Amino acid sequence: MNSALSYTPDYQNLKGVREGIGDELLEQAKTHPNLYVLTANLKESTKIDKFAENNPERFFDVGVAEQNLAGISAGLGLSNNIVFMSSYSVFSPGRNWDQIRVSICYSNANVKIIGGHTGIATGKDGATHQALEDLAITRVIPNMQVLTPLDYIQARESVKHAILSKSPIYIRSYREKSPQIFHEEKNFNLLKPQIIKEGKDLTVFSSGPILFEALKAIEKIEKELNITVELINISSLKPLDSTVLIQSLNKTKIGISVEDHQISGGIGSAILEATAEEIPVPFKIIGINNSFGESGTTKELYEKYGISENKIREKIIQFLKRNK
Amino acid sequence: MESQLLKNEKFEEIKKLEKVAYELRVSVIKTLTHAESGHSAGALGLADIFAALYFKFLNIHPENYQDEKRDRVVLSAGHVCPILYSTLAKRGFFKEEELLTLREIDSRLQGHPHNNSLPGVENSSGPLGQGISIGIGMAINSQNKNLNYYTVVIGSDGELNEGQVWEGAMFLAHHKIKRLIWIIDRNNIQIDGYTKDILDLGNIKNKFKSFGLEVFEINGNKMEEICLALETVLAIIESPIIIIANTIPGKGVDFMEYKFEWHGKPPSKEEESKALKSLEENFKNAK
Repeated sequence: MNSALSYTPDYQNLKGVREGIGDELLEQAKTHPNLYVLTANLKESTKIDKFAENNPERFFDVGVAEQNLAGISAGLGLSNNIVFMSSYSVFSPGRNWDQIRVSICYSNANVKIIGGHTGIATGKDGATHQALEDLAITRVIPNMQVLTPLDYIQARESVKHAILSKSPIYIRSYREKSPQIFHEEKNFNLLKPQIIKEGKDLTVFSSGPILFEALKAIEKIEKELNITVELINISSLKPLDSTVLIQSLNKTKIGISVEDHQISGGIGSAILEATAEEIPVPFKIIGINNSFGESGTTKELYEKYGISENKIREKIIQFLKRNK
Repeated sequence: MESQLLKNEKFEEIKKLEKVAYELRVSVIKTLTHAESGHSAGALGLADIFAALYFKFLNIHPENYQDEKRDRVVLSAGHVCPILYSTLAKRGFFKEEELLTLREIDSRLQGHPHNNSLPGVENSSGPLGQGISIGIGMAINSQNKNLNYYTVVIGSDGELNEGQVWEGAMFLAHHKIKRLIWIIDRNNIQIDGYTKDILDLGNIKNKFKSFGLEVFEINGNKMEEICLALETVLAIIESPIIIIANTIPGKGVDFMEYKFEWHGKPPSKEEESKALKSLEENFKNAK
């Protein structure tokens, strides 16, 4: 038994979140003369090269200097500008967390932090380049919003939202291209969790490209166990609109979250913080379990670190059995 | 040749600024004593520079502090904020009575400055080394929007331990950031001891020069020298300027001068009267 999908993934037409961010910044530059983009030596791989070519006076590559990146961005953001600083998440906010905390967030500077190459699926670069803690260290800072776009179109919407909002915002980006699911911006509200498919026996929450692994696992489980599973995508982790989450858990009475991030402090933690008081139900967080990653292909890494379609399926079945 | 009249005018102005600096020191001592916590030495050492910046050279006052053309002071060494607060109060940004709320609950005068709490505070600081980068961002804004304001970053020698300042220095030189003046308070102390004993900074002037930056070195407690330097560097708009200001930590209070032990502590009530007396005597003797 499979419940119907509210959104249909296109597994053929793969596009990247980072491409969505880059394309939208290029577009927004035309109507926002005070839009700046800065990077610390990662122009091409975070896809802001087109903005740089077209807006040289509003683009700065500060070199491999993430602390200075955050500080210059803060200074510009405190002077009536909209600033995007783009790097790999392990370096920014990884390297420059204090500068982001004080110069940007405490000062409420209008700065958006694009954290690229997040999750374990960052190619073969290994543990130093796999941002598995970024959500924990960003969502904990007051004044900071955290967006986690799922596909190309949500990435573009994230940039649009960030431009309109005056607060500091962290946007989680990815190296790998992923299936497209929302297709058009009118199909979702970025600030509200989206029900990808409805179900009544279990709620699964996810975010980012790992959601497609969860979706494939769920589709198998529904047939195997003759149940229906609700799948919810979180595109804004902070603020996190808990209404849809609570409604769903009220219905299914059991929840599981799936994320490409440490179990500690990420999507699952945020969902529990937002729902546990209202609707305490059995809840399992599937994610990276207090471990660094390593080199490998995405497929190998997902499998070894327990977040492949196959591993997610096993963990869900086990959890459902225990909570029958 | 300068006329005698002009010389007299300048002399009077210097004397006036010296008096302001003395009054700022008195204010700093009273504020810190009342707060029973805070940093004395650096705040006293910088009084002359703050007097010159806010009472002669910069275009910042209570009426224009939100104007986008105002000059910016970015305090990087946030712990010396009592001198910033005393200066802002004296300049009329808020009432001087409010100084006595320093470090108290619900106060706008936070232990380390917060930009959104108090008018005239441009940036938040406390963790060292962050100010130069913020100043660069503000100076780029001045340049790109043709606002032509000046950005003055006030840092310290101790914070040169931080790697971020050297990232900023490279950027400054590479991009030849205009209308940015970086004043480094060279008082040779930091909280744990003398800078040469903790982490020897070597020849700071040569270090910055080797980055391709223009560096001035002055006596940061001599008003005439401060004014001459600021007059000179404000006229150089095509490149960033570093001013190494040699100051005496605890300047004006005999028992505090040159002592790193006074980096991070306030005077007690008893020490307050001694300090005020010492300030007064030193001011009179200098006349």
